[in-house]
Amino acid sequence: MQVRTVNISKRYAGLAALDDVSLTVQPGELVALLGPSGSGKTTLLRTIAGLEPPDAGTVYFNDRDLSDSRIQDRGVGFVFQHYALFKHMRVMDNIAFGLRARRKNKPREDEIKRRVLELLDLVQLSGLERRFPAQLSGGQRQRVALARALAIEPSVLLLDEPFGALDARVRKDLRRWLREIHDRTGHTTLFVTHDQEEALELADRVVVMNKGKIEQSATPDEIYDTPATPFVFSFIGESSVIPVQVGNGRATLDERLLDLEIGALPDGPAQLYLRPEDVTMVTDGGPGIPGLVVSTRRIGGMRRVTIECGLARHRIEFDALAEVPINNSQRLTIRVIGGRVYGAGAEGYETERLAASATSDFKWAKAEGWLDR
Amino acid sequence: MSETAQTRKVRRAIGEGPATRIVLIMVALVFLGLMLIAPLLVVFVEAFGRGIGVYLQALALPDTMAALQLTLLVAVIAVPANLIFGVAAAWLITKFDFKGKSFLLTLIDLPFAVSPVVSGLIFVLLFGANSALGPWLEDNNIQILYAVPGIVIATIFITFPFIARELIPLMEQQGSSEEEAAVSLGASGWRTFFQVTLPNVKWGLLYGVLLCNARAMGEFGAVSVVSGHIRGLTNTLPLHIEILYNDNKAAAAFAVASLLAMLALVTLAVKTLLEARFAGEIAAQRRH
Ligand SMILES: Nc1ncnc2c1ncn2[C@@H]1O[C@H](COP(=O)(O)OP(=O)(O)OP(=O)(O)O)[C@@H](O)[C@H]1O
Ligand SMILES: [Mg+2]
Repeated sequence: MQVRTVNISKRYAGLAALDDVSLTVQPGELVALLGPSGSGKTTLLRTIAGLEPPDAGTVYFNDRDLSDSRIQDRGVGFVFQHYALFKHMRVMDNIAFGLRARRKNKPREDEIKRRVLELLDLVQLSGLERRFPAQLSGGQRQRVALARALAIEPSVLLLDEPFGALDARVRKDLRRWLREIHDRTGHTTLFVTHDQEEALELADRVVVMNKGKIEQSATPDEIYDTPATPFVFSFIGESSVIPVQVGNGRATLDERLLDLEIGALPDGPAQLYLRPEDVTMVTDGGPGIPGLVVSTRRIGGMRRVTIECGLARHRIEFDALAEVPINNSQRLTIRVIGGRVYGAGAEGYETERLAASATSDFKWAKAEGWLDR
Repeated sequence: MSETAQTRKVRRAIGEGPATRIVLIMVALVFLGLMLIAPLLVVFVEAFGRGIGVYLQALALPDTMAALQLTLLVAVIAVPANLIFGVAAAWLITKFDFKGKSFLLTLIDLPFAVSPVVSGLIFVLLFGANSALGPWLEDNNIQILYAVPGIVIATIFITFPFIARELIPLMEQQGSSEEEAAVSLGASGWRTFFQVTLPNVKWGLLYGVLLCNARAMGEFGAVSVVSGHIRGLTNTLPLHIEILYNDNKAAAAFAVASLLAMLALVTLAVKTLLEARFAGEIAAQRRH
């Protein structure tokens, strides 16, 4: 089943939770909705399920307009952020609920029982069918919720942060396992996460949302390698930002020419976004940007180095081999070998967040009387 | 030093020293004894004070039997009515969003806020001969005041908040995600209500029903105003007790009072038994 939302908008008390969102999920596709808290991911999922009527726009399943269709008739398997299991029912009754609620083609009770046991086997919970939800661990509850949603043979599977409340280890296992289940059952699946690693690892396609809008919808590789907006660049993976000047199709930093493809950008100020691997150290005395090491920390086999460079002392992070000794306050020369330049006006995730926390730090300092001392 | 001596030295993390604890317990016990247990004992002591024969005689009086019957009848009508009203109101208020919600909430509390006597007067003014409805009722030969319908209506009014008030915070706290899950799985509104919403609040509901029932059987003020005190016809147990007492038949009054008290004790016993019987299930559902 293909799922399509066309120009969906939804406001809460004047604030846009969804702003003109159009998204197509192809049959059998596994798509991740990725975005910071409050970006409208849950709202979009609920709108598709019919739990939240949109203010404007239409949801289509294949070519069927669902504007007037009841939730019950949509055949959507919804897995809620906080499980929403029926507390007073045993695991098996939870899973059987959807089948028993059927009006047409309601299976016989022994058939239902067989299906439930089959699903329990699929989610690896055989033997726990007589437990109440309160007697299960978080990961087990999550899997019961999934089995319950799969029981109705949904045409579309919607999962809201399915692994949000679990620890990192269990998340990883369940992630791989969800991918397997998806490949086996072939449901069109849309799942919400705010964990970029989860999205990139699990999904066929990643949809990055910010402030109720879709920033980019692309394969994990494209999202990482060619982020469409500064927001996507800085939300996915590590990044540093430095202001540069664009002129004559070239980018310059402190009037030093950077060797970068910048595409068609208008002349004037712009922002250069860098990943740690976009920067190398110059050790052969060649040309580069001088800088001063501020801090270093070990990340796996690499050393993450933060330096201040340029006249305005912008901070850049890059990775150096752990064997190379680098000390604080050491002078270095670096060269930019990658990165993306975005025109002025567009905002990245980090910069926004830093700006926000800077002002709150300021307020805090003021309240504590620090600034007066 | 032995190990027990060492553990004894360890103060409990929460709580005061033993002296404070004993004082607090004593205060609570004295208060309970004076305010709750002593009056209840007095009722039974007075009732049986002149022997079991006098006691049974007092109960067997036709007027007493009629009062008991009426009281049970009123409870049997008022409790189910408020069960339906209360559940419907709680469902509406907690699972739907609409204008005037806080007004409705205030309205539900009205019977608690108004003195029962005033509530009774409201119905006298509403259905009395001088009211707008009065002549019409008379023309159609419908007797509400000073008859069973009036007593039932007044009792329903007085006991309305018990069930709704018990359910609203409970349902609010549970939110609607289980209901949303149910409808997304294809369940109809009714099915969702009976299989998901209702089972989730059944203990609160039971408690509300018991409180409502206790009050329905014990209500005095409002019923006193609308009943007209016709012996053998419109006297409920509380009204009957007052009449007996005013007639200087203290023993009989206490006998009937003990009957009412026993009804209340049975109600509480039922609740305690059910809670003990299902303690595991209640705990399992509350956890997490
Ligand atoms: N029922 C509601 N009433 C008012 N505002 C709401 C409601 N639901 C969501 N919002 C607002 O809409 C915006 C989007 O919310 P949404 O729940 O879709 O975010 P999200 O991306 O799922 O976030 P998270 O990752 O924290 O779950 C938020 O600003 C939120 O405050
Ligand atoms: Mg959410």
